[in-house]
Amino acid sequence: MIENRPLASFLAHLTLLIGVLVIGLPLYMTFVASTHTAEAIVQQVPMPLLPGDNFVESYRLALFGGQTRTGGTLPPAGPMMLVSLVTALVIAVGKIAISLLSAFAVVYFRFPLRGLVFWMIFVTLMLPVEVRILPTYQVVSDLGMLNTYAGLTIPLIASATATFLFRQFFLTVPDELVEAARVDGAGPMRFFKDVLVPLSSTSIAALFVIQFIYGWNQYLWPLLMTTSEDMYPIVMGIRRMLATSDAATEWNAVMATAMLAMIPPSLVVLLMYRWFVKGLVDTEK
Amino acid sequence: MAVEKRVRFKSWWLPWVLIAPQMAIILVFFFWPAAQALYYSVLQQDAFGTSVEFVGLDNFRALWGDESYLASFKITAIFSFWVAALGLVLSLVLAVMADRVVKASRWYRTLLVVPYAVAPSVAGIMWVFMFAPSVGVVSYGLGLLGTEWNHLLDGTQAMILVVLAAVWNQISYNFLFFLAGLQSIPKSLIEAAAIDGAGPWRRFWTVQFPLLTPTTFFLLVINIIYVFIGTFGIIDTATSGGPGQDTSILVYKVYFDGFKALDLGASATQSVVLMVILVVLTVIQFRYVERRVHY
Repeated sequence: MIENRPLASFLAHLTLLIGVLVIGLPLYMTFVASTHTAEAIVQQVPMPLLPGDNFVESYRLALFGGQTRTGGTLPPAGPMMLVSLVTALVIAVGKIAISLLSAFAVVYFRFPLRGLVFWMIFVTLMLPVEVRILPTYQVVSDLGMLNTYAGLTIPLIASATATFLFRQFFLTVPDELVEAARVDGAGPMRFFKDVLVPLSSTSIAALFVIQFIYGWNQYLWPLLMTTSEDMYPIVMGIRRMLATSDAATEWNAVMATAMLAMIPPSLVVLLMYRWFVKGLVDTEK
Repeated sequence: MAVEKRVRFKSWWLPWVLIAPQMAIILVFFFWPAAQALYYSVLQQDAFGTSVEFVGLDNFRALWGDESYLASFKITAIFSFWVAALGLVLSLVLAVMADRVVKASRWYRTLLVVPYAVAPSVAGIMWVFMFAPSVGVVSYGLGLLGTEWNHLLDGTQAMILVVLAAVWNQISYNFLFFLAGLQSIPKSLIEAAAIDGAGPWRRFWTVQFPLLTPTTFFLLVINIIYVFIGTFGIIDTATSGGPGQDTSILVYKVYFDGFKALDLGASATQSVVLMVILVVLTVIQFRYVERRVHY
């Protein structure tokens, strides 16, 4: 702060407080709804504004599934969370692994068509799955990958951002390290494994946070290519818990599922905050 | 920074092995489908899929004459405008305030980044819950104020709902970039302005905001890209493109025409249009980033 202005500081705190409250409102209402019974939410006007005592029952219903008031059945969110977790981890680790390898090839070797390869990776930035929905679906379907983990993850593993990030980083690694490795008789893979990867650990952590969230929050792609309930990730499966009318929806279970869907990525962001910010900033360079 | 390494390894086969996984995925899942989309966009298939003929740009012409497509374009433009405008203004205000209160800014920051971790589809459900005509808290509050809220019937209200959800979902990203931008401005500049007698308001408009222009422009492009491809989950869970087609943005229409209406040619043609838009946006983004690096 440059000068001491109590009023300005007070206003700053006030604005931030209001901002946090407004931004926190959807989160708070979601939590409150997940602690009441479905009846309380639908019948009370307005719905209860303070947490209730149905916490355990709501989350049990969300995690393990069960009967709704109207006689329908709710799918369990537990298995969906597992699908999401596996998908997000495979996508994050896969992206990091193949991008490390490609960046290593592009930076440390000279080979024909290197420029073309680099350009092809760059172009994928402009071709997210959202703009080539139907043909990509056909490819995955032709390869027999519908309703499999391979289908959920492999088409999303290519990453121009991660490749560029590692390329940028590798270019800053001093050449003396390569020479030293050579003198010690280490080949390229040995250098990669024992020098380059350990040096990249901060970038790897930063990318992991961003890509884990990217993988966990995938919605459109699973929507297209999973038709079997046991392959639904949670952020997509939750959609099917909404009934046709507001009154018939089991809101407490839906909102408990929403909480379950956002807790893992939120934890990753909050616990790895430093790497998260680094990842955000670095991936946009 | 060097663009090329001085010291390299020598091997004619190893680099190919190293890039093979990335190239395989790119070729099979990116280039091949994109080429397919281009291919289908110039073909016409009859209703039973028995015959296919080359029709050149007829599909694009048909698209241009299709009122629901033009409407979808307009909807996407309105959606982009409001998400970018509201999102940037609100996050800039919050970032300026957080930059001022150094001590507590950590707390606010932590709370403000949570929306980033929430999936667009889940954000859509959370917002639709608050605005649900019969059970929502906000719709109840609006009712007390005399506004009848029903986004299932009112297209404008549906648009407001998805704009709010999208702004909320994207605000952490904008906030963090603005805050980083503000904190990278040398303190000496601000101090010099303060010594010259400029108060916080004046300093913001004459020093901080001009220096934030690159960040703002960058975020503008990112927000538009987010609206074009990132908001599908919000639209699908909050409104399903409705009522009617009032919130059916371009990506949602590609999905709907391809998977629900099973109109292969139209979907492919729309994909190609989207690709072109995205190429333009990405080029703008990268040309600009060049400048940002040199600052």
